[in-house]
Amino acid sequence: MMRMLSLLGLGLFSCLSLADGRLLATGGASSLEGAAGGGITPWAVLSGYGERGEWGADVFATRVETGDYRLDVAGVAASFDNRIELSYARQRFDLGNLARNLNLPENSLSQDIFGLKLRLFGDLIYDRLPQVSLGLQHKRQRDFLIPSLVGAQRRKDTEGYLSASRLILGGAFGYNLLLNGGLRYSRANELGLLGFGGDRRDRHSVLKEGSIAVLFNPHWALGVEYREKPDNLSFAGESDWADLFVGYFPNKHLAVVLAYARLGEIASLENQDGVYLSIQGSF
Amino acid sequence: MRLPIIALLLALSACAQQPPRDDSLYRALGDQAGIEAVVEGMLLKIAADPRIVHHFEDVDIQRLRDKLVEQFCMEAGGPCTYSGDSMEESHTGLNLTPSDFNALVENLQAAMTEQGIAIPAQNRLLARLAPMRGQIIDR
Ligand code: HEM
Repeated sequence: MMRMLSLLGLGLFSCLSLADGRLLATGGASSLEGAAGGGITPWAVLSGYGERGEWGADVFATRVETGDYRLDVAGVAASFDNRIELSYARQRFDLGNLARNLNLPENSLSQDIFGLKLRLFGDLIYDRLPQVSLGLQHKRQRDFLIPSLVGAQRRKDTEGYLSASRLILGGAFGYNLLLNGGLRYSRANELGLLGFGGDRRDRHSVLKEGSIAVLFNPHWALGVEYREKPDNLSFAGESDWADLFVGYFPNKHLAVVLAYARLGEIASLENQDGVYLSIQGSF
Repeated sequence: MRLPIIALLLALSACAQQPPRDDSLYRALGDQAGIEAVVEGMLLKIAADPRIVHHFEDVDIQRLRDKLVEQFCMEAGGPCTYSGDSMEESHTGLNLTPSDFNALVENLQAAMTEQGIAIPAQNRLLARLAPMRGQIIDR
């Protein structure tokens, strides 16, 4: 039994350590919802560094701190064959000041996100076509009392997104340029932390998201991201999100992203600007 | 009777209009000596890279070095002509994977960094080589 386990361990280890067929930073960081990507948006790339026939995987932890609120996320993702990615993330949104001010029955909101991403065609760097992936995210809100009180219609929902990514060699004054664009079909309120659908609007919206980054060398990236959000609840507005980030990829096992995020109005509190820090380990 | 003269004139004017060759990348790579150092550095790194070194076991490395130097020089706009086999021919039967290709790119990047070549110049050379990938892998 022990022998079998250790053999299995060896086998796994050799699989994992083989999986570095892609170039540094092309596994991206981990987005807030667990899929490989930037910070607030997914990219078409798959987690880890596995190429054809190889596995890739990552684990990550992210914190966003706006002063009034705090969001903590932790998760894992695994991909195979540079084709399919499965991910899981748990988000915990600390209501901080809002819970105190309004005497809310709970002081945090959590949700689970199960993700699937499929590379449809293309390649990040080499093919004629950019890499295009289709993603699904199944989200389950875990503390539905507050969302239901403010008008959310559902506790769980599934949303889809289409994402295209391309790295243009030397595309930014000689430095490599990464372009990402996506469309999301969703009715999640504040990612789903405030449930799905609302008293104002209970249909899916088509939402645009995207990012641009410049890689100053294989280890450092500087970029901006943007994500459109729906506005389904009448008790408060929901703002589109944007951020400015620096990504550091010292090697194929570690990525660190630091960002300044402008999250606008969240659950009636305005001007939620904050700091975003994410650390990812990949195999 | 007049035709050859007109043809000659046309040919001459075509020559005159040809823009001077852009050799800025060749110079950024350090001319002939710089390119030789890059290629040799890359081959040394490949020799130490367990991911791909097996592909090079029975290869005439001197010839490979010379052909690579010619090729990089020509791609960079330098005064060389590539005299080797086509990319399809030289990689057929090797069954190279996308990972093999990226491993070589990483060794090339490391060799260029070691030579102190600026990132934009590195990216320009990579951008010249990247379109050859389809002729190199899966053959
Ligand atoms: C941009 C990428 C590449 C370029 C520009 C390139 C270029 C060349 C050149 C110029 C030759 C010499 C052809 C001749 O002898 O006439 C060659 C041969 C060879 N290449 Fe590549 N190559 C690339 C990628 C690779 C990769 C990824 C591998 C393996 C990991 C590889 C393995 C070989 C081998 C083993 C030979 C010698 C074949 C023989 O002599 O039988 N090449 N390559």
